[in-house]
Parts: sequence; structure tokens; C-alpha cells
Amino acid sequence: MAVAFDEMNGPGGDLRPAYRELSRWLKETPPDALEYRRQEAELLFRRIGITFAVYGDAEAQERLIPFDVIPRIMSAKEWATLEKGLKQRVRALNMFLRDIYHGRDILRANIIPDDLIFQNPVFRPEMNGQSVPHDVYVHIAGIDIVRVDADNFIVLEDNARTPSGVSYMLENREIMMRLFPDLFARHRVAPVERYPDELLSALRSVAPLSASAEPTVALMTPGVYNSAYYEHSFLADKLGIELVEGRDLIVKNDEVFMRTTEGLKRVDVIYRRVDDDFLDPLTFRPDSALGVPGLMSAYAAGNVTLANAVGTGIADDKAIYSYMPEVVKFYLDEEPILKNVPTWRCREPKDLSYVLDNLGDLVVKEVHGSGGYGMLIGPAATKATIEAFRDKLKREPEGFIAQPTLALSTCPTCTASGLAPRHVDLRPFVLTGSKHVTIVPGGLTRVALKEGSLVVNSSQGGGTKDTWILDE
Amino acid sequence: MLSRTAENLYWLARYVERAEYIARTIDATLRVTALPAAYIGKTNEWESALLTAGVSASFYEAYQEANEQNVVEYLAFSPSNPSSIKNCIEAARLNSRSVRTALTSEMWDTINSAWIELQEVWGKGTSSREELARFLRFVQETSLRFDGSAYRTMLRNDAYWFSRLGLHLERADNTARILDVKYHVLLPEEEHVGGPLDYYQWTSILRSVSALTAYHWVYRETLKPWLIADLLILNDTLPRSLASCYSNLVRNLDQIGVAYGRQGASQRHARGVRNRLEHSHMDDIFQHGVHEFIQEFISDNARLGEIITRQYLI
Repeated sequence: MAVAFDEMNGPGGDLRPAYRELSRWLKETPPDALEYRRQEAELLFRRIGITFAVYGDAEAQERLIPFDVIPRIMSAKEWATLEKGLKQRVRALNMFLRDIYHGRDILRANIIPDDLIFQNPVFRPEMNGQSVPHDVYVHIAGIDIVRVDADNFIVLEDNARTPSGVSYMLENREIMMRLFPDLFARHRVAPVERYPDELLSALRSVAPLSASAEPTVALMTPGVYNSAYYEHSFLADKLGIELVEGRDLIVKNDEVFMRTTEGLKRVDVIYRRVDDDFLDPLTFRPDSALGVPGLMSAYAAGNVTLANAVGTGIADDKAIYSYMPEVVKFYLDEEPILKNVPTWRCREPKDLSYVLDNLGDLVVKEVHGSGGYGMLIGPAATKATIEAFRDKLKREPEGFIAQPTLALSTCPTCTASGLAPRHVDLRPFVLTGSKHVTIVPGGLTRVALKEGSLVVNSSQGGGTKDTWILDE
Repeated sequence: MLSRTAENLYWLARYVERAEYIARTIDATLRVTALPAAYIGKTNEWESALLTAGVSASFYEAYQEANEQNVVEYLAFSPSNPSSIKNCIEAARLNSRSVRTALTSEMWDTINSAWIELQEVWGKGTSSREELARFLRFVQETSLRFDGSAYRTMLRNDAYWFSRLGLHLERADNTARILDVKYHVLLPEEEHVGGPLDYYQWTSILRSVSALTAYHWVYRETLKPWLIADLLILNDTLPRSLASCYSNLVRNLDQIGVAYGRQGASQRHARGVRNRLEHSHMDDIFQHGVHEFIQEFISDNARLGEIITRQYLI
């Protein structure tokens, strides 16, 4: 594996300009002051109740995601490239979804094999021919980006279903501003606080035609036991909209209403943080108690907008991911600005035999997995794990893709033995409304706190950092 | 607002109020039982603590004897007692989490901090009287902080009113339960045969509704049982009296009715109970029987809870 690119001390150890002020500040600040602030930050997080749940871990039903107080910094120029690339990518994702559920030009052009779509469990035949307001399917996208050198940002994953983490972007900033006002005074950091406003206007802009001039938006959560519940309540609060559960909603004559103390009130746009499968027991899983019976028929009648739309999973599926560069070119007739990680599709015999020969060097992921569960990181795995995985892979090759282990960039991070480089990724949040695609400058930086670890997922011991885009 | 949100706010307030009430009950019982036996007679004060908390039957499913250790454990910490202080605070936190958007950050902070302290400091219960006293103080302070932050920081809209409904309904129930358990020591003027025994029962009753000092201010008299009954039932100026709880319930329900432009069964029912309290005299109540009066009140109060639920919360 190549030596990782460090975002503060670039190749050869030269201090990179965006970090000049931070580096000076770090030299002036005694290490125990940092430790003290770190503890203070943790206390704040706990008091505010910013927690997440880890499934299958009864001991710690609610856990804090470790927060690293050293910000991750990018220059305005780096951000500008990234922003352009993200907007391009999300436009293509929306056009792809519109096409897949309507004319299917991309299949006829033989760019993506039919069976990858039609035999894919996240493809929703219910959406065939269904029109959605302004052809927007992915209103909120969380695109996972990694960096391998000074110039290249690579998309690791397109999260087009119900991406989470934006509350950390906002709360991390709040807490950093409380803890380090002096450090902020020495930088010009682009603000992120307008995200809730932009989200609300994007959601209102896609209200159905039958909605009133002041459409009612609600955020739908699976409930307090969901791992991202804090974020759901946080966003509902910031947006000033009701936080509803399935049982608060009722469908009558193909319209959706919420039960209020004053009777039923119509809901026009639902920012749903509930997976497709659980939305409507009449259409999807009949055993789901989280959903609303009849919701899909109100949706089909065009009386309610779901954000994100149903069936967007087909766009961020790991099997489709490898085709994204072609998808961008096909719909936009532009070169993709953000690269993909080179990907071997195990469903293709040639790729499979390469992957089987090189398991020790590759990362193998389940096509339908998420959260870092069920993947093999070859270089870090024992022989036995690799062999067990090999059997799994041979049994069901179409369930897997493989990628080289990337040398993710590193950022200085507080550790038990002082500041040390740790691997990071970035999840910016891209909003699409009826007219614009917008991104607040920043995102959620996740950091793998264990030395050498490449897994940044919070469910696997990752932490977060505030992400600063310098406004030059 | 969402019916579920209103329901959560209503129950949140009830749980916090209940936790405080249980803490006061334990506190008052500790004081009485610390007295020499000659002063308190043969009644088992821990038994009556269970009765005022309304958990006597379930207690005996788990324990043999109603002594200090068992009762304190059951009332304060037992996970199997749905009304234990621990369960009340946990339920309050769960309710708060479900309606965070309707709480002010001060209210959330109070409940969340209490929940954290409950686990980190009181996770193993208490091992001495001193610790228990500190725990009870913590519970009462939590309730005060919660109530105070609601009062000082919430918008005066339906969210506030529903939370107040829960508070006053629970409070009325608690005061009525004490009266129900202790009515036999509250006798009409002519039958008064109080010895030192009753005197400590009376102070204990007043202490459990934090009205000992208030009594002296209102009546400027030594403790007289019929005046204690008057204070707790009819005196509108005492915040924990039945009359005061119903003035508040009527007012909050009216505010909701005005805001929604519609009155209903709960407004009518609450006003009925309030009017009865307003037009009652202690003499009549004694004649009719304190016990019967209180029993009727408890069931009326529970009815109001059901009617509010039907009208607004589901």
C-alpha cells in the first residue's frame, strides 16, 4: 500500500497552506489544554444527548461518537472542485433514476446489463412510470468521498436512500465554536448553519401540485430506538416541522394526514428517514409496524411527495456504483469530475478470478451491505478469515464487488500519545430542489481512531471531526 | 400539535411529578419511623407508604415484609415497580426523547442530566440513610428544576398546557391518595381525641405535600385535623390542594379550548369537579364521610384523565 497523503503535512512533510494557522496555533497550545477541551466537548455531547445506538449491543444502547477536536481543513479552491464534482454526480443520479423508472435509454444503449436492474432487490417495480415532482428522486444525497493525494477526490459510495450524519456536521461546528473561539478568529471558515433552511426550501419546492401554497412538511422517523433518532429530532427541530412516526399518520382518500390535537391535518411532503421496505405494510413488508397503510397509494396518486423518492436504492447500489463514470457521461455528456474507486465486479468471471487470486490485497464488500458490516479488508485479515470469505464469495459471486485498499488521506488527530495522523473520509450533503442543486461548504469528516485503521464507520469505532472550508 | 406529542408531554409531566411525590412519601415516612415507638403507635408506616403510592398489592408479590429496606428499595429503585422513582425518571427521559422538539433545551437538560446521574451515581441504590437523604433531595430538585424550567422557558401554547394538565392531574391524584390512606386520623372537630400519636401523623401528612409551614401561615393555629383536611381539600391557595389542582386544570383546559376554538367533554367534566370543590364545606364532607368523598374524587380525577386522552391524545 502506498504511503498515505497527509492533509496537514503534504508529501515530503511540507506544511500545506490551509493548515498554516492551525499548525502555529497547535505549537502555542499546551497538549493538556487540548485534552481538557476534548473532555469538555464530550460532556457537551452527552448533555445535549447526541448519541447513536449500536445494534446488537445491549450494554451501550446509546453511545457517543468520539469527537476529535482538531479540525480538518480544506482550501476554497479544493472545495470548488469538489462542489462541482458533487453537483455533477447528483444530477446524473437523478437523471439515471428518472430513466430507469421510465424510458430506460441507458439499458437500451447497453451501458448497464438489464439483470443488474431487474433482478436487484432494491429496484422497485412500483415506481415504473410513476412521476415525481420536478423529476427529483434524490433530494438529499450523502456522497462519501476519500482523498488519495493533493488533487484527487474519489467517490467511495453514493448514499441516495436515507443518508445520515448531517446533525454531526452542524453540532460539531457549534461545539467547536464554543470551545475554540480564538482559533475561529484566526481563520475565515465558511458557515454551515444555513443547511436546515436550504433543506426546508428544497423540500417545499417539491410539494405536490395539490398542496396548498404553504405546503406542510413532516419528518418521518422509525422512532426513538432507531440509531439515528437524535438526528431526526434535531432536524425536525431546526426545520420547525413535526417529527412523525408511522402511527401518527393516516391515509384517507389517497391523502396523508397526521393526527393532531385539533384533528387530522394534511401532510404534503414527507422527509422520510424510514427505509422503503417499512414505508407501507400494504405494499412492502406486511409485518412492518413502522409504516403507514396506504401511503404508497397516496404517493401514486401524487398527493404526497416522499423525500427521498421510493426506489432510489438502485442508484447507490454497490453493483451499479462501478458504472457511475459511464452514467455521468451518458446523461450529461461530460467527463466525470470525481473519480470512482477501480472496482472488480465479482459477477463477471474474469473479475472474479482476479479477485480470488488477490484476496489478500483487496477490500471485498457485499453489494447490498452498509455501515462497514460484512466486508473483508484483505491486508488486515487473518488467513482463516480470508479463506472463509473465499468460500462465501464462490458461493454467491454476484453479491460482491472488490476494490483495492486505498491509501486514504490522513489528518492530525488527538491520540493517547499526542497528535498523530489518522485516516479520514468526508460525507458532504447535496440537496436537490425543484430548481437548484446546493451544498453547504463542509460535511461530516469521519476519522478512523485506531492507528492504521481504514474503517471510519461510527459502528466500528470511528470518530468525527469538524470540517472547515476556508473562505479565501 | 401531534396527538402523540401532546400525550408524551402530558405523561412526562406526570412521571416527574410522581417521582417527586414518591420521594416526599419516603422522606415523610423516614421521619415518622425515626420517632420512638410511643409516638407512632403500632401502625406500620412503611405499609401505609406503599398504600399512598398505590403499589401495595404488587409489593407483596415480590417481598414478604414491609420494612424500611424493602419498601425503600421497591419505591425508589425497583425495576419491577412501574411507579418506582427510577422507572419514573427513565420513563420521563424516554418521553422527552420522543418529544425533544417540543421541549426547551433547559427542560431536556434537566431530565437528561437526572437520567445520567441516576445511572452514574445511583445505579446501585443507596447504602445508608445519609445517601438515601441525598438521593431524595436529588429527586425533589430534579422535579423543581423541571417544573421551573418549563414555567420559565416554554412558549405559552398547547404544548405548555398539556404538560400542565399532566402535572395537576397527577398532583391531585397524589394528594387524594394520602388523604385516602390517612383519613382515619382526620376527624371532625367534635370527635377530636388526638394524642401525641396523631400529632406526628398529621405533621407527616403535611410534610408529604410540603404544606407544614403553609398550614401555620394559613390558620395560625396548632395542628387540628379538620383544618388539615380543609387545607388539603378545599384551600385554593395551597398548590397541592385538590381545589388548587382543579382551578389549574380548568384554566389550562379553557386555554386549550380557546386556542382550538372548541370546548368538549374534558372542559365540562373538569368544571363539574371544580364546582363541587368550590361549593363544599368541611362540615358537609365530614357528614357525608371523608373516605367516600375522597374515593369519589379519585375516580372523578381518573375519569378526567380518560376523557382528556380520548378528546386530545389519541
